[in-house]
Amino acid sequence: MMNLYGDRGNVISIQKRCEWRGIPVEVVDVRLGESIHPTGCDIFLFGGGQDREQALLADDLSGSKGADLRSISAAGGVVLGVCGGYQLMGSHYETADGEKLPGVGIFDLHTEPRKPDEERLIGNVLVRIPLEDGSRGEIVGFENHGGRTRLDGAAPLGEVVSGFGNNGEDGTEGARKMNTYGTYLHGSLLPKNPWFTDRLIETAIKRTDDTFELEPLDDGVEKSAFESVSARVRRG
Amino acid sequence: MANALQNVRLFVAILAARSAQLASRALRAGGGSTMPGVVSRRVDPTVLTKLSKRLPGGAAAITGTNGKTTTARMVSHILRTANVKAVNNSTGANLVTGVTAALVADSTISGNPRSEVALFEVDEASVPKVAAEAELKLLAVLNLFRDQLDRYGELAYLGKVIASSFGDLPSDGSVLLNADDPLVASLGREARKAVYFGVEDSSLDMGRLQHVADSKSCPVCGVDLKYGAVYMGHVGTYDCPNCDFTGPDTAYRATSVRFDGAKATSFALSAPDGEMEMKIQLPGLYNVYNALAAAAVASEMGVALEDIKRGLEGFGGAFGRVERIQAGEKEAFLLLIKNPVGFNEILRTFVAGETSGAKHVLIAINDNDADGRDVSWLWDVDFEMLAESEAPREPFTVSGIRAGDMAVRLKYADLPVGDVVPDRGKAIKAALEATPPGETLYVLPTYTAMLEIRRTLSDLGHTHPFWEDE
Ligand SMILES: [Zn+2]
Repeated sequence: MMNLYGDRGNVISIQKRCEWRGIPVEVVDVRLGESIHPTGCDIFLFGGGQDREQALLADDLSGSKGADLRSISAAGGVVLGVCGGYQLMGSHYETADGEKLPGVGIFDLHTEPRKPDEERLIGNVLVRIPLEDGSRGEIVGFENHGGRTRLDGAAPLGEVVSGFGNNGEDGTEGARKMNTYGTYLHGSLLPKNPWFTDRLIETAIKRTDDTFELEPLDDGVEKSAFESVSARVRRG
Repeated sequence: MANALQNVRLFVAILAARSAQLASRALRAGGGSTMPGVVSRRVDPTVLTKLSKRLPGGAAAITGTNGKTTTARMVSHILRTANVKAVNNSTGANLVTGVTAALVADSTISGNPRSEVALFEVDEASVPKVAAEAELKLLAVLNLFRDQLDRYGELAYLGKVIASSFGDLPSDGSVLLNADDPLVASLGREARKAVYFGVEDSSLDMGRLQHVADSKSCPVCGVDLKYGAVYMGHVGTYDCPNCDFTGPDTAYRATSVRFDGAKATSFALSAPDGEMEMKIQLPGLYNVYNALAAAAVASEMGVALEDIKRGLEGFGGAFGRVERIQAGEKEAFLLLIKNPVGFNEILRTFVAGETSGAKHVLIAINDNDADGRDVSWLWDVDFEMLAESEAPREPFTVSGIRAGDMAVRLKYADLPVGDVVPDRGKAIKAALEATPPGETLYVLPTYTAMLEIRRTLSDLGHTHPFWEDE
């Protein structure tokens, strides 16, 4: 698993859920100025930062690092971008100072800064994600972003049940393209949404072994945390 | 004539504030400490400037993410010990209105302060406003951590906001900065006169950057800093490998830090006036920083080292931060959780240690505005350190609006999850019942959970409502 400036809760979540099943995991931290290749990694977590760091990250990703990430995604690699990471996966991102930062360009979307009369979008979120079998899965998290993301053709990750999502207007949240996911949800995202974590793990391993099936775990603690937050979000 | 009119306006402002104060007390609006400030400012917008100019010893302010309440109270205690009459704003009233209210309450009807000096704790974002009006002789910046993200968006920006106020200090004014916090130390470049404090003790090195590190990149050029020692969070000794930015020389220094479990901490203080052994009745490295900053503020205000020592050593701790409550044959030890760095310090000091014996622990996490609505930070707390410690311990009882999140966090640190009781009142009752007579229950609540737990303890007859001992 490769961790690019990511969220610690997400890293721990994947790591533990693999360890508990006897799947060995190694976490490679890739920092500013460090190259992605050679990876040998199956899952890529992409976090982000505050405005000033976003500029440094955009710069860092403008060369081969961004191109590598793009080709990993295009080849069906499992990538999860959260908040600032998600924003940088679009075509461009504009900071509060009006600086236009180029994105990696995995998703066909862009992010505008909030206008002076607009609030930051902060709060608990509940999102419904359409699944391949026609059913829907739910995830909960916390969002805190000033930027408004507009989808310019990218498919959303899901629909907002409660909260703001991409821009607080069109009811969409995040983006998805094959096995690459972008979302504003942290909280951290993966610990309280174990089915989604397992989906990342399973997809990643299936890419090399398509007979692989993930052993179920006892998720009682996670499920009751999910329930209490989602009940709270629904109440408003 | 114009001057007389100015005085009349000030007089009316103070009068209006007095009646607002009486009204809010009558309504038991609890705290009620900013209303008089709002009212008096409406009558006379220059009330703060006028009153602070009349303070014989001038005003000082303390800001920063962590420890400003404790540090301000330490300084107050030192000043009292040194027989210097000082006016303070109350906790929770740390915006410009609260600062104004404090000065108005302290002054006579004719607009003369009764105190010699003023000492304010000021919310980080309110520093420019307060500095523009209050003629600060000294502005101390303790640290800048990320738990303010909810409120301000960005740490580097917050640094800029604070530095923007330096130009408003009077010509004999100075800023006092934590040299070990890179972002805070870098603000010194914007100041006419900067004085620094810091800790120098390699035995405190955590050996690696804690996961909570916020500003581990160079505040000047953005490259990752190279740390010699990491004391807590992003605080430590550092150099930039790329530019000339490095930890500045300190005028006030703590060395040879020794922790005596939950009760006391000692260190050697060196100051421009000399050196002295300090023993404070508070645990943890964060309190060493608070005490060091308090000593530096007091010394810069002209207090002698002997008085600083007596004041610090007699200081008992601020409300709610660390508090022991006798509950029948048992004891409840309340330790307020504010952010991951503080949480790590508490775990390191009380829970991981093999001698301190925190056997019974209740953690209560709320996510109201005053606690921080985003609980992601729980993942930055190093619970993993407990999985390695051998101390005998019962599974933690978990409570609060976010009890579920806390339970998940413990599970993913491979720690046993005990009872999950979201209701704070029920949880403290059950946890006390499960604590054997003669033993101590360690209670680790976030701010609003602490208020609720205290209320329950009070209802059980174990303490008084908090407004009575403020
Ligand atoms: Zn530098």
